[in-house]
Amino acid sequence: MRTITYSDAINEALREEMDRDPNVFIIGEDVGTMGGVFGVTSGLLSRFGAARVIDTPISEAGIIGAALGAAMMGMRPVAEIMFGDFLGCAGDQLINQVAKARYMSGGKARVPLTIRVATGAPGASAAQHSQSPESWFMNIPGLKVVCPSTPADAKGLLKTAIRGEDPVLYFEHKMLYAEKGAVPDEDLLTPFGCAGILRKGSDVTIIAIGSMVKHALSAAEKLSSGPAPISCEVIDPRTLVPLDVPTLVESAKKTGRVVIVHEAHKRSGPGAEIAAIIAEEALDYLDSPIARVAARNVPLPYSPALEQYVLPNENDIVRAVKALYR
Amino acid sequence: MANSGLETSGNVTSLGNDRLLELYKQLVLIRQFELRAIDERRQGLIPGFIHPYIGEEACAVGACAALNKDDFITSTHRGHGHLIAKGGDVRYMMAELAAREVGYCAGKGGSLHMTDFDLGIMGANGIVAGGIPMAVGAALAFKMQTPPLSPPLVEGTEGRMRVALSFFGDGATNEGAFHEALNMAGLWKLPVIFFCENNLYGEGTPQNKQAPVAQLSNRAASYAMPGVTVDGNDVFAVYEATHAAVERARNGAGPTLIEGLTYRYRGHYEGDPQVYRSRQEVEEWQGRDPLPRFRRALIEHGISDGEIEEKEGEVFALVDEAVIFARQAAPAKVEDALVGVYGDTHNGLVF
Ligand SMILES: Cc1ncc(C[n+]2csc(CCOP(=O)(O)OP(=O)(O)O)c2C)c(N)n1
Ligand SMILES: [Mg+2]
Repeated sequence: MRTITYSDAINEALREEMDRDPNVFIIGEDVGTMGGVFGVTSGLLSRFGAARVIDTPISEAGIIGAALGAAMMGMRPVAEIMFGDFLGCAGDQLINQVAKARYMSGGKARVPLTIRVATGAPGASAAQHSQSPESWFMNIPGLKVVCPSTPADAKGLLKTAIRGEDPVLYFEHKMLYAEKGAVPDEDLLTPFGCAGILRKGSDVTIIAIGSMVKHALSAAEKLSSGPAPISCEVIDPRTLVPLDVPTLVESAKKTGRVVIVHEAHKRSGPGAEIAAIIAEEALDYLDSPIARVAARNVPLPYSPALEQYVLPNENDIVRAVKALYR
Repeated sequence: MANSGLETSGNVTSLGNDRLLELYKQLVLIRQFELRAIDERRQGLIPGFIHPYIGEEACAVGACAALNKDDFITSTHRGHGHLIAKGGDVRYMMAELAAREVGYCAGKGGSLHMTDFDLGIMGANGIVAGGIPMAVGAALAFKMQTPPLSPPLVEGTEGRMRVALSFFGDGATNEGAFHEALNMAGLWKLPVIFFCENNLYGEGTPQNKQAPVAQLSNRAASYAMPGVTVDGNDVFAVYEATHAAVERARNGAGPTLIEGLTYRYRGHYEGDPQVYRSRQEVEEWQGRDPLPRFRRALIEHGISDGEIEEKEGEVFALVDEAVIFARQAAPAKVEDALVGVYGDTHNGLVF
């Protein structure tokens, strides 16, 4: 075990997979000379050369389309879209081509393609540089959606994505890049569809995604003491597609109370799907309505004060849990 | 410089000395506004990122000088210069950067999204090439609305076709949106000017690693419009090319692509370590600084040092005033975060 940052964990996963398999290559804007605008791919150009760490023009549709074509021809591209907000520029290639190629071709097309995307707020970056678009893509069969919350998961889930057979949208949260955590030394392949139970509890299940996981853990800690302690179980689904339904449902049945937390907008965010599944499969076990803590339904504002107001935080989680007992 | 099929007719000297002095004042205002904003950001007044335009001022000033108040522009992430050149008020700009309620976007947009429809500014943009198709749409509307709705914004412009001008960078010409927009504009002969500020880099990637053509104005050829490359550090050259393109557009002859060759003196964003270029290259371009160049031209036009210094003094006063205005203005109100997403709110079902 070593303690490294989330950003370094991603860098390690890329380096190891590129060492391991010559078909793995990186393609994206400013991934080479600049080492990525967040520095995540730094050092890879000098190690692997410009043929495998490809700086592209500012052409998101081209990047995703080219990665798709290369994947179909037997390569394993890791494409980078600098900000999740720019996925819209690659819209058709991603939604109509990448996602559907295998199915539409009757299984003839293979698309082992990983798309790394920086996501999230805050940063006073306003509405086109702050979004958490994970759930847009949950509604598109054919794409897998991955949201690591720790350095270990960042590394293990990325390696699984790169070695897998399918297109994966891998969302890296900007506010997690500098977070440190223990990462095992051995070849780490974290399975998809396998939620992590990060804290055991008996009263309330908190299901938290991406950057909200650490806030959920500190909220659970706060709630565990005081005159009326509440024992919270904290679960990180790790991957939204595929979703580890059994683990989530089992916990909901056990505690009878569920709070879902994510930074994406509340309306049709990942929590909407998770809440619906729990209602379908565990409603009879619930002692209170399912609660969601999420961003308010407005574009992210520039002003840091307004931005904080729109985004969910630790106090919102504490309040939502307590409200279940009112 | 290179010129394919565009007759230049605008004559800068015809602008008159007062106008030339005003253009000089705009150049200096853009630079001083940004230098001050960068400083105020360090001091904590401004929370967001800044993409400085310093070095590229002649593009905005020369191009906007050829437009009327009721013509529209679209801008970019590097938009402060475009806004000022189109008449933007630096008080509201500084207030927006400081996330104040009176700022251009009520504190919701920041540097990347400043907008003023009264001044013909459709908005800065956080998405590379995001403004280009929009400018085509504005031009489509102008064509549909000619003769324009009365009364016109500016008296005496009845019956004159308005135009749209889109500013964007060299990097943006590699986006599909650029090509789709130029194709439609060329096809429908719309009154739009595409102004490419070629500063040789898109973030850290040099232009020659982004496109297989060195001269980006060549891209006009596919879309049946003239393409012209000018010295983007020369206000006169930019003005003349834009003036000719505007005339062409107003006369119904269609769009033009103008490439202004220029250079940004600071990082892509404030704080960029700039690993991708050499100190020497930056210094070389600093030798072609558009500000002293235009200042010398004013002297040649018989404008005195005293008159020029008076304008420079006015700029410093404006920038000071903008900072005081922003400092004293009330912060954007937190509750207002939940206002203004929609025009129709359906009894509060949405807001
Ligand atoms: C669609 C999209 N892709 C990528 C980015 C990130 N980005 C912001 S500015 C920039 C470079 C733009 O280069 P250019 O068009 O030449 O303008 P310049 O910054 O040089 O003024 C990039 C890649 C973005 N904002 N939008
Ligand atoms: Mg550029």
